[in-house]
Amino acid sequence: MITILKKEINEFLNSFIAYVVIGIFLIGIGLLMWVFPKTNVLDYGYATMETLFSIGPYIFMFLIPAITMKAFAEEKRNGTIELLYTLPFRDIEIILGKFTAGLVLVLFSLLPTLVYFFSLSNLGNPVGNIDSAGVAGSYIGLVLLAGVFASLGILASALAGNQIVSFILAAFLCFIFYAGFDSIASINVWLDSSYFIRQIGILAHYETLSKGFIDFGDVVYFLSMIVLTLYFTRIILTLQRR
Amino acid sequence: MSILVQNLTKIYGTQKALDNITFISEKGKITGFLGPNGAGKSTTMKIATGYIGATYGKVLVDGIDVNKNPLKVKQITGYLPEHNPLYLEMYVREYLTFIASAYKIKSIKRKVDEMVALVGLEREKGKKIRALSKGYRQRVGLAQALIHDPQILILDEPTSGLDPNQLVEIRRVIKHASESKTVIFSTHIMQEVEALCDIVVIINKGKIVVNDKIDDLKSLQNNVVTYKVEFENQVNISIFEEAGLAISVGDSNQYHISSTKEDPRKAIMKIVGEYEMPLVTISKVKQSLEKVFQESTKEP
Repeated sequence: MITILKKEINEFLNSFIAYVVIGIFLIGIGLLMWVFPKTNVLDYGYATMETLFSIGPYIFMFLIPAITMKAFAEEKRNGTIELLYTLPFRDIEIILGKFTAGLVLVLFSLLPTLVYFFSLSNLGNPVGNIDSAGVAGSYIGLVLLAGVFASLGILASALAGNQIVSFILAAFLCFIFYAGFDSIASINVWLDSSYFIRQIGILAHYETLSKGFIDFGDVVYFLSMIVLTLYFTRIILTLQRR
Repeated sequence: MSILVQNLTKIYGTQKALDNITFISEKGKITGFLGPNGAGKSTTMKIATGYIGATYGKVLVDGIDVNKNPLKVKQITGYLPEHNPLYLEMYVREYLTFIASAYKIKSIKRKVDEMVALVGLEREKGKKIRALSKGYRQRVGLAQALIHDPQILILDEPTSGLDPNQLVEIRRVIKHASESKTVIFSTHIMQEVEALCDIVVIINKGKIVVNDKIDDLKSLQNNVVTYKVEFENQVNISIFEEAGLAISVGDSNQYHISSTKEDPRKAIMKIVGEYEMPLVTISKVKQSLEKVFQESTKEP
């Protein structure tokens, strides 16, 4: 798995994908957080990182599919998938390697935003007046959400034959799982089942974590989503080789 | 170490790509795998390397079922796929290092240097694979297949699209590498098979039509024996045809006379004696592999 992970990371670095992803994420979130009038925290007047955690998922919804779209689609198109499959790797090693590489890249783009926390903490009145538990919980939530998005991206890439289809499919899946189930649940026909439908989506669990309340059930939800999606990816890839 | 392909059948949708084929490739021998495009050569190789599964039948590599223990088979198999897929954005050394670490080779750096020297990539080792010409890319592919010193070597058209000098060079590498290994390689070039292979397997429409030692193949096929006969003057070919011989006219009083039933020399001599034709030379024609290929794969 480490071999695949290294290869993927090198590919991100060589193809400038890494720089573009990290650069665009930081510029985008920086502008929203500090400059744009409607969302910037300076005008808002409260020492909170709400902007990052509420808009972050929507930026990831495009950014992560862009990172993962080539994972399998590109290998299939170039025929290098045959090489990968005939080297002594387990299928799951290949999948995990590609998934982890995508996630690592996202984490690196998220890392510099820790600076925001310290800036805001110092801007608070009195200094340090910031909901640290809430921020920590939100970061954990955002990382777990990135994990689910990355696994959905890998799945889309395994399903699709080319990168564009892979990207669109992944973005759609991310949206459905993030906000889609929440919206579906709000349709006034479900009666009692509406609660359960909402629980399938990511938003319900992400919101709890954002409050700084790290519920075991929510963490299990995110982890099982990742495991299930990657397992499903493995089934898809096995079927394609029949 | 041997490769045993046993009753292998592969069905894509409704099409039978492989129809119950069986053959064995032994250690120290190079098996040439021939056949028209779409005959099932690549499919067989893909199954043998564990890339795709078989519908029925199995492939045993050194007694190990590829389907049951693919990792073990992949560890001892070197494979150069058709069209030689490579990571074009990688540097030559980087690529070989990746392959070496996939095989969990211990001294990676030394091994990579060794391969670079073996396939003659010294000058190109610092380049991106994208920047290499086809011949050099093929060498990278070959280095990839050989880096872990595999016991089994499976090469799918390793020489397609190379210029004559590169052909000779790559053949030399294959020949050199194949000592003490089991090699299966597919090609369209007949001279290559004649130059390299010990055993020829010809496959057509998913079925094996020829599976023989190369020496046995070249002299006799379908019991057709042909003689090249030169007379002093032109002869009337209908005399030979009436005697049940097939005859074709060559240049300057030379004729190809063949028979499917028995050695045609007797009949030729009888006619020569009867009609008092001055005979200059008579010699047996060795069937070329090309002819064998055409005969065994022609449309009915």
